[in-house]
Amino acid sequence: MTEIRYLAPGSLDEAVKAFAAASGAASILAGGTDLLVQMRAGVRQPGTIIDIKKIPALTAIEELGGGAFRIGAAVPGAVLAEHPTFGKAWPGVLEAINLIGSKQVQGRASPGGNLCNGSPAGDSVPAMVAAGAVVTIQGPNGGRELPVEAVPAGPGRLNLTPGEIVVSFTFPDRPKGSSDAYLRMIPRTEMDIAVVGLAVNLSMDGGVVTAARVGLGAVAPTVLLVGDAAAALVGSRLEDAALEKAADACRAACNPINDKRGTIAYRTKVAGVLLKRVAAIAAQRAGGN
Amino acid sequence: MNEMSTKWIGARTIRPDGADKVTGRAQYSADYNMPGMVWGKILRSPHAHAAIRSIDTSKAEALPGVKAVVTAKDMVSFPVDKAVALGIQDMRWMARNMLAHEKALFHGHPIAAVAAINEQVAAEACKLIVVDYEVLPHAIEIEDAIKPDAPILHDFMKHEGKPSNIAGTMVLKAGDIENGFAEADVVVERTFTTRPVHQGYIEPHACTVSYAADGRVTIWSSSQGQFMVRAMTSLLTGIPQSNIRAIPAEIGGGFGAKTIVYLEPVAVLLSKKSGRPVKIVMSRDDVQRATGPAPGSLMTVKIGAKKDGTLVAAKGDFYLQAGCLPGSPLRGPVGCSFAAYAIPNVLSTGYDVVSNRSKVAAYRAPGAPHGAFAAETVLDEIAEKLGLDPLEMRIRNSVKPGDKAIYGAVFGDVTFTETVDAIRKHPHYKAPLDKNPRPGVKRGRGVASGFWYNAGGESSVQVNITEDGNVVVTTGHPDVGGSRASIANVVAELIGIEHGRVNVIIGDTQTIGFSNLTGGSRVTFASAMVATASCEKVIGQLKDRAAKIWKIDADAVKWEDGMALPAGDNAGKFPPLSLKELAAKANEMGGPIGTQVQLNTTGADPGFATHCVDVEVDVDLGIIRVLRYTAAQDVGRALHPSYVEGQIQGGVVQGIGWALSEEYLYDKNGKVDNATFLDYRMPVCSDVPMIEALVIEIPNSKHPQGVRGVGEAPIVPPLAAIANAVYDALGKRFFALPMSPPKVTERLDAAD
Repeated sequence: MTEIRYLAPGSLDEAVKAFAAASGAASILAGGTDLLVQMRAGVRQPGTIIDIKKIPALTAIEELGGGAFRIGAAVPGAVLAEHPTFGKAWPGVLEAINLIGSKQVQGRASPGGNLCNGSPAGDSVPAMVAAGAVVTIQGPNGGRELPVEAVPAGPGRLNLTPGEIVVSFTFPDRPKGSSDAYLRMIPRTEMDIAVVGLAVNLSMDGGVVTAARVGLGAVAPTVLLVGDAAAALVGSRLEDAALEKAADACRAACNPINDKRGTIAYRTKVAGVLLKRVAAIAAQRAGGN
Repeated sequence: MNEMSTKWIGARTIRPDGADKVTGRAQYSADYNMPGMVWGKILRSPHAHAAIRSIDTSKAEALPGVKAVVTAKDMVSFPVDKAVALGIQDMRWMARNMLAHEKALFHGHPIAAVAAINEQVAAEACKLIVVDYEVLPHAIEIEDAIKPDAPILHDFMKHEGKPSNIAGTMVLKAGDIENGFAEADVVVERTFTTRPVHQGYIEPHACTVSYAADGRVTIWSSSQGQFMVRAMTSLLTGIPQSNIRAIPAEIGGGFGAKTIVYLEPVAVLLSKKSGRPVKIVMSRDDVQRATGPAPGSLMTVKIGAKKDGTLVAAKGDFYLQAGCLPGSPLRGPVGCSFAAYAIPNVLSTGYDVVSNRSKVAAYRAPGAPHGAFAAETVLDEIAEKLGLDPLEMRIRNSVKPGDKAIYGAVFGDVTFTETVDAIRKHPHYKAPLDKNPRPGVKRGRGVASGFWYNAGGESSVQVNITEDGNVVVTTGHPDVGGSRASIANVVAELIGIEHGRVNVIIGDTQTIGFSNLTGGSRVTFASAMVATASCEKVIGQLKDRAAKIWKIDADAVKWEDGMALPAGDNAGKFPPLSLKELAAKANEMGGPIGTQVQLNTTGADPGFATHCVDVEVDVDLGIIRVLRYTAAQDVGRALHPSYVEGQIQGGVVQGIGWALSEEYLYDKNGKVDNATFLDYRMPVCSDVPMIEALVIEIPNSKHPQGVRGVGEAPIVPPLAAIANAVYDALGKRFFALPMSPPKVTERLDAAD
């Protein structure tokens, strides 16, 4: 029987050292809601597990003022849900994170884990992409920052170098009249995986969109930042023509596969449908902020 | 029997298995362990279809920690040319399903089994077994398996004189079908498909077995029949039934699929070879890949009616996907699809089609939901064409008592129209429905009916009076849907004591007489009948004892409210003797009080159900949600109403999954592509509304409490009811299930 080492370092430095020392044979454990399942299924067989939940920076939620936040990569969804102000500033990000798994899984599942699992269908990722969140990464050669959309490289693959650990997500200032929203299409009502996931982050002034970002998941090898969709919305009052143009941009951005969860035609169609629905929710929320 | 009061029959008594289940103490299959136990593991085929040239187990046997390896060669041989029936199963096919013989017939087909000191070593040993396969082309879908150039699974199988994957047919006829259609004013013919769906029980198959040094075998496993476990194990291992004690574990769902075994005989062979107790537990992946789903189907139904809605002819061709070995439930669609209707001219034909996926197992009213989907959808279309209310049309055409069913029986009670009428009069059917509540959302309402045979059969029940004057009842049937609670209600009623003084347990094969499977909606019917006979005998014994004590004639004693009383003034004046008092004096008055009654019960009349459903369609996403569901069924008598409602609600939920989201998907190599509960989409709680069960109680005159079967009829109508509701919402009919979002949008975007 293979033995597995379990480490729970108390500092980031220790974690990075241990991770680098294992040279590829280690896996990072945050909530474990993907890792442990994959281990049981025999998909991953790490020689060492490095639990990062004992590292303060990984589980902190810092309010930076003006709607800006820094949240540790291993903060569980349930903890974020109970935070007094995060969900007011970033309701779309919070609803996306809270869609990961079941109620029980929410006690463990984290946005960092969701991103590092590398699935194009991860619920929190499109919302963090739309939010313009920046990822802080620490590795054997020091720290660096990447936008969320630059982290995934393909299904199950990341643009991280050996030994690098995702530490936190920084969400930018929130101008007045800003909000966000996330919707996913699943055949069931819960306990399912996104066939398409889409997030819109808007800033509005007097009913006119002044800034927008659109994140689109499960329609390509990685979650997409759809610039053309955002561009179609900026300057508009979300009139039908602008929404249709943004929906077209989402459909055009799709590069999905036919699989057991959806067809190419269906996913492409749904991307457009969701854009319109999510933009409407984000706009309504922005109006109240 | 005595005049029936209703103190306990019909009461919602506390379920006897509840406390253990919610506190985690219930012992399911995988919860049994033995000293010195080793772990069994099954090596499964990586190919959908392959000839097995050879199996070399020597390396696996040499691995330290491995205690035994078995293959089909270790089982009793059942040559393909000689049928050996066990109930509705044929041991030729059961043997080949359990361990591949000449061929691997599906991806996941068991090839060999290993017992080792732990699961890891057993898994390692499986990898060391060398199987020389000749990979063959495969066919999974019915359409592919019945093509002229299809790969043939079994050389010995012929249809119309040619090698074929059609293993057999079943034909039922009435009248003259051609003349029937000639008389019709309107004829509708449609072709339907349904996907294979799994029973989806939460508890995977598992067993622990012990082959002792003296050759006696003990089996702990959950199933829908410990006697079936014993019989199949005996047949496949050659061990006499008297040496096999099959102990039923608490069961985590069966829905028909645990009426056969996959593991127990294999585990016994491993235990015999290794000299150790052996435990095998399937994974969910194993369950989804290699245990019986219900068949997929390809069906064409044609029905003709007069202008006034009178049905004159019905023809059905039902192809069912048996899986890798024969045994589709043809009597479901062939016999049930038109059974509720008095149609003079019927031709109903079923085809049992083998293909390269796991062998089907029974699933609630096997085959009937398929046929009802086809027939009840066509009926809906006919009603629409004729401008008739679909419920009125069903009432007009109901069979009558004394009519001969096409499956041979003569109808006794027929309570079909009562179920239709219950829906027709229910507020749900009359409630206004806003068909366009919001842009992009459409709503519709549909109805459909269903028929199931129900069954009687063998049952044994022991009733024993304890020394302290309480009652222990032992039945031979695993309790999958409330039989213990129902029997406790019956016995408390008949003996006339508090329900809490009756304890019902399930005996094992060596402690209770033969009792047939829990299946066919038969167990509460049969065991209540036999428990009644047992109680009558026990009450007779109690009256005898009282008569002896009072020194009067036994006929002069009556039994009321749990006490013996003088039957009248002439009998003399004696204070009543309670059950406790009689039990205390049992030994001095003739010995222990108790009896076992064993009967082959008859008189189970068919079950009828009519359902009404409202659906809402998100037109842009193609998502169909069920908003409201009302299910009417004649149950005869609800011994325990909560369980009866639960059976009806459960059947409907499974039907909703079948209609909207559940299906087996295969990749190009013939491997199941969605062998998890994530991607095999059974409904979750939030997917379904509260389902209102309209429990109609028209007592079955052939049963002491009036019971009819309950568990199967409720899964028959939902597929068609939902499809009819979707048509009402969208104006387009769906002839293929499931109506999953991509298929709905595809259909809506199509030009027609």
